[in-house]
Amino acid sequence: MARKINEYIIESCIKLSGFLVIIFVFLIFLFLLKDSFSLFGVYPIGEFLFGRNWLPISEPPKFGIVPLLLGSVYVTVGAIIICVPMGIASAMFIAEVAPKSLKHVLKSLVELLASIPSIVLGFIGIVWLGPFLRNTLHLATGMCGLTGSLLLAFMALPTIISISEDALVAVPNTFKEAAYGLGATRWQTLWRIVLPSASSGIIAGVMLGIGRVIGETMVVMMVTGNSPVVPKSILQPLRTLTATIAGEMGETVSGSEHYFALFAVGLVLFIITFMINLIADISLRRARR
Amino acid sequence: MNAAKTYEKVAFFVLGLAMLLIVAPIIMTIAYIVKNGIGAISWEFITQAPRNGMKEGGIFPAIVGTILLIIGTMLFSLPLGILSAVYLVEYARDNLFTRLIKLSVVNLSGIPSIVYGMFGYTLFVLFLRLGTSILSGSLTLAIMSLPVIITAAKQALEAVPASFREISLSLGATKWQTVRYCVLPHAVPGILTGTVLSLSRAAGETAPILFTVAAFYLPRLPHSVFDQVMALPYHLYVISTQVPNMPMKLSFATGLVLVALVFLMNLVSAILRAHFRKKKQW
Repeated sequence: MARKINEYIIESCIKLSGFLVIIFVFLIFLFLLKDSFSLFGVYPIGEFLFGRNWLPISEPPKFGIVPLLLGSVYVTVGAIIICVPMGIASAMFIAEVAPKSLKHVLKSLVELLASIPSIVLGFIGIVWLGPFLRNTLHLATGMCGLTGSLLLAFMALPTIISISEDALVAVPNTFKEAAYGLGATRWQTLWRIVLPSASSGIIAGVMLGIGRVIGETMVVMMVTGNSPVVPKSILQPLRTLTATIAGEMGETVSGSEHYFALFAVGLVLFIITFMINLIADISLRRARR
Repeated sequence: MNAAKTYEKVAFFVLGLAMLLIVAPIIMTIAYIVKNGIGAISWEFITQAPRNGMKEGGIFPAIVGTILLIIGTMLFSLPLGILSAVYLVEYARDNLFTRLIKLSVVNLSGIPSIVYGMFGYTLFVLFLRLGTSILSGSLTLAIMSLPVIITAAKQALEAVPASFREISLSLGATKWQTVRYCVLPHAVPGILTGTVLSLSRAAGETAPILFTVAAFYLPRLPHSVFDQVMALPYHLYVISTQVPNMPMKLSFATGLVLVALVFLMNLVSAILRAHFRKKKQW
C-alpha cells in the first residue's frame, strides 16, 4: 500500500513537471500580451505597427516599431546572405569531402565556435572588426549594420553546419551507390542526389540559425550603433528589436507607457521567432521520416 | 568524363575554401583573445575585487557570481528537465497534453534570450517580489536552459533498449521502479553531457541577467540568494561599453577568463561523453 502511494506521488510529480513546461510558455506569452495590451489601451496599435518614429522620451512619445523592425531585417538578411551558403558548403565539405581524421578536427572547431559567449564576439566587434571595416570601407563609423551582420553570421554558422551535416550524413548510402553505379562523379552525386535528399534537414538548420540571428541581443547592441532611425543602408548605424529592449528596459519606470511599449516589442519578437521555430520543427520532422 | 572530373575538383575546392573561411576566423578569434588577455591574467586578477572604478584589481566577485548562477540554474533546471523528459518518454500517451508539452519545448528553445530577461524581470523580480537577486537570475536562466536539458534527457532515455523495461516489468517491478532502477541509470551519461553543455551556455549569457541579477559594480561577495552579484559576461559588457578609458588588457583578460570557463565546461562534457561511451554495454 505504501508503495502504491509512493508510486502515485512520484507519477504526479513527473506529470506536474511536464505541465510546468507548458505553464512557462503560457506565462511568458501571457505577460507579454498583458503588458502589450496595456500599451494598446493608450496608444493606437496601428501607429505602433506602422509608425516610422521610435521616440520614447519625446513629448508626446512615439512608439513606431518600423525603424526597429527594419533594423532587425537588415542585419538578419545581411547575416543570412553570408552564413547560409557558407554554412551549407562547409557542411557538404565535412560530410562528403574531408578525410575522416580532418572531419573530427573540423567538427570540434565548429563546436568551439558555438560555445564562445556572444558577449565576447561583441567585444571583438568593438575593438577589432568595427574599426577594421571603417578603415577598409572608408565608413563614417564602424558601428553599423554590416558589423552586426558579419558577427551574427559567424554565430549562426555552428547551428547551420551541424544540423545540415547531420542531414547529409543521414542520406542512405544506397542512394549514393546507385548514382556511382550509373557513372556519376562524387560531386554530381553530392550535388544532385545527396543535397536534394537532405533538403528538409538543411532547411531546418537554416531556420534555426535565422532564429538565433533575430533573437541575438548583446552583439547587435554593442556593434550596430544604437540608432533607432529607419536605416537607408546596411552601412549605417541602426538598432534592432532586441537591442531596443536591452538598452531601454533599465531606464523605464515599470508601468509606464514606455515600459509597455517595450513589452509590445517583445511580443513581436516572440511571434516572429515562434513562427521560425515552428517551420524548423516541421522540416525536422519531415527530414526524420 | 574528364570535364566532369575537372568540374568536381573545382567544386570541392570551393567547398574547402568555404570551410577555410570559417575555420580561420575561429582560430584567429581565440588566438586574438588569448594573445591580448594572457598578459593581464595573474593570481591577483583572479582572486581580488575590482578597484578604482573597475580600472584596477581583479574580477573575483564576477567569477563567484557566475559560478553561483551556474549552480542555481542547475538546481532548478536539472530535476525539472529530467522529470519532464521521463514523462515524455516513459509515461506520455499520444494525446493533446503530450503534444502541447512538445510544442512548448520547441517554443521555449526559440525564445530570444532578451525575452527571457523581460519575463524574469516581470515574474520573479516584480510580481513574486524576489528583487534583482541570485534567485531571480537563476530561475530565469533555468527556464532558458530547460529545452536543451529536456531534449538531451529525452534522447538519452530513448536510447535505452525497450528490452530493459520489459524485463524489469516482467519481474513485477512497478513502472516507477523500472524507470528509477533500469532506465535512468543508463541514461545518466547522456543527461549529464547535455546538462553541462546547456549550463555552459547559461554561464555565457548576458541578456537574461541584465535586469534580473547582474550588478554593475559590487566589489564584495553576496550574503544570501536575495543579493545581487556581478557576473562575468555582464562585467565584460560594462567594462567594454560603459567605462571610459578602461585599460584594454583588463577587458581582454575578462573575456579570456569567460571563454576559458565555458571551454572547460565543454571539455568536461566531451570527456564525460567519451568515458561513458567506452563503458556502454549494449
